[in-house]
Amino acid sequence: MSVLQEVKTLTINGREASARGDETILEIAREHGIFVPTLCHLHGLSPVGGCRLCLVEVEGANRLLPACTTRVGEGMVIRTDSDRLKGYRRMILELFLSERNHTCSVCVSNGYCELQSLSRDAGITHVRVPYRYQRYTVDASHELFVADQNRCIMCTRCVRVCEEVEGAHTWDVQGRGIEARLISDMNESWGDSDSCTSCGKCVQVCPTGALSEKGKSVAEMSKRKQFLPYLTLMRDKWK
Amino acid sequence: MGKTITIDPVTRLEGHGKITIHLEEDGSVRESFFHVTQFRGFEKFCEGRPFAEMPSLMARICGICPVSHLIASAKACDALLAVRVSDTGANLRRIMNLAQFVQSHALSFFHLASPDLLLGMDADPASRNIFGVLDAHPSIARDGIRLRKFGQQVIERLGEKRVHPAWIVPGGVSAPLDTKVRELILAELPEMKEIARRTLAWYKKAYRAFEAEIATFANFPSLFMSLASPRGELEFYDGQLRMMDAAGNVIHGNIESNRYHEVIEEAAEPYTYLKFPYYKPMGYPRGFYRVGPLARLNVVEQCGTPEADREFREFQQLQEGAISSSFHYHYARLIEILHSLERMEQLLDDPAILNKRVRAVAEPNNLEGVGVAEAPRGTLIHHYKIDEHGLIEWVNMIIATGHNNMAMNKGVTQVAKHFVQGREIAEGMLNRVEAVIRTFDPCLSCSTHAVGQMPLEIDIMDAQGEVIRRVVRGAP
Ligand code: FES
Repeated sequence: MSVLQEVKTLTINGREASARGDETILEIAREHGIFVPTLCHLHGLSPVGGCRLCLVEVEGANRLLPACTTRVGEGMVIRTDSDRLKGYRRMILELFLSERNHTCSVCVSNGYCELQSLSRDAGITHVRVPYRYQRYTVDASHELFVADQNRCIMCTRCVRVCEEVEGAHTWDVQGRGIEARLISDMNESWGDSDSCTSCGKCVQVCPTGALSEKGKSVAEMSKRKQFLPYLTLMRDKWK
Repeated sequence: MGKTITIDPVTRLEGHGKITIHLEEDGSVRESFFHVTQFRGFEKFCEGRPFAEMPSLMARICGICPVSHLIASAKACDALLAVRVSDTGANLRRIMNLAQFVQSHALSFFHLASPDLLLGMDADPASRNIFGVLDAHPSIARDGIRLRKFGQQVIERLGEKRVHPAWIVPGGVSAPLDTKVRELILAELPEMKEIARRTLAWYKKAYRAFEAEIATFANFPSLFMSLASPRGELEFYDGQLRMMDAAGNVIHGNIESNRYHEVIEEAAEPYTYLKFPYYKPMGYPRGFYRVGPLARLNVVEQCGTPEADREFREFQQLQEGAISSSFHYHYARLIEILHSLERMEQLLDDPAILNKRVRAVAEPNNLEGVGVAEAPRGTLIHHYKIDEHGLIEWVNMIIATGHNNMAMNKGVTQVAKHFVQGREIAEGMLNRVEAVIRTFDPCLSCSTHAVGQMPLEIDIMDAQGEVIRRVVRGAP
């Protein structure tokens, strides 16, 4: 038995738990019905720890750790719901909201958006930091889909699903910090992309209204993520 | 030196307005203007958005008449798709629009206008509001509140959200009618019709006390424009545009909505963001016209529902030719409430209203589309151009308050001339200037839709035409 598969015992929110060594804090939390908010993480895609929403407190660690990328360790004492964490998560969500134009009321994903529901759960009624967003041109050149960077949170789920599951690697990220943005192929318009197979996986995994099906009206774009667990199951089975 | 009196802002209007009154040496009124100082630039920020978002985006222009914008916008999108909406889809949109008429007219009549009518124009402004009416005439106030609530509830029930329903979409509506919702609405309609009847009966006696106002409230000959059905009936959702002259003759009929720009042109003035549409063949400013309830009842030959038609024939007795006093907007509004309730009942009674085919799906097939509908305040025109990917390239909207712009200015001048004498301005006189504006029920935030390239200039002039003060904002 490899070290990673050894059973670890730990405490999460005061509860005793045991986990396999290759599990992440997020996985063990979910197994125990403990909700940890996530945005960049999506089961079936490689974790990147980019959004920092899933930060948790681990006793003895000198910083907060992302639950989605941190493996459990023997004797870990984990807290997922302290007031400090809630405050940070709220600030992270507000920063997301300030970086792009997330006007929910006129968004295709209104009512189905993960950013929106997390913000609502966090009790966000306004954003305490100045809005920094610029205006991005909507790319509607693809015959089936629309990319609206104004709603993008740079979670890179689309980038990963395209590369890891579809194997096309149409999407990538250009620039850094607030200038970072999604590009298709070599920064061409999506409709001109040679690599895109029009599979639509990127649209379905997108947590917001940044990627949507063409012709959808406001509040009509619900995403279907069900395909992903199935595909990953099959992939792992035949690997 | 002349004196300029500025009343700002006009109270009890949606949004903000500003009026300047220019006086002569002797203190008499020379001219007045009604300015719109607020602007929201909707046309500009729609550019680059996918066209399918437009109905909901446009519904945000106005919290008072979102359904009207939804409808005009969805119709413009239908034109982009080049689809024909199914009869059931169109009738469901109609029902929501009629509910919008009921709630908006109820708001205008009971909440905004009835305090003046019931408590007197010179009553204490602190109580000259719906609460004052509730104290002095509780049954009328309650009727108004009930009627408005009914209209809002119908919208809510159909669209599942009261203020900004997303149910109306390009190609039709997003979901068919629920049997239960149909029953609920039908069950409440008799009570609502009763309210409309008794309000009309009361108003027909009450308005006679306002002879001075009737004579002076934007009472002048003008053109009138509205949609009408091919049979000349009231038609809020579809139909063709008609232009009527002051004598009551249809001078231009059967104007297909997508050809509106062949008969309407918009002029810009430096002192306001609001544009001035006029009837092209007559030129600017002679070709000014009015829209809204009074215009509609002038333009149509009948309402098309039995009870409203009886009231309509009585209404027509007010004056030979077109009815010219804007004071009668109130009266027309009440007839339209009755008509809307009757029409809603007719549409809901038809079992076909439950059909499941309510949305036509297509890709854009036209790069340009126009949608015209009647909003409670008057004709509403949405005109879009898209690029080959379906992104909005250009938007033009002409809104009821825009159509009525020139008539409102004339109305303000007329009232000011009659009631404002010398330098002494009593509260009652100011109220009348405001009240004439209110007959048009302008919705100001939505009517100033041009983005800030147009200069906004407020000149304060003395009797010699000398500018004694100039405020300039947003010049290019
Ligand atoms: S979900 Fe863990 S960092 Fe985004």
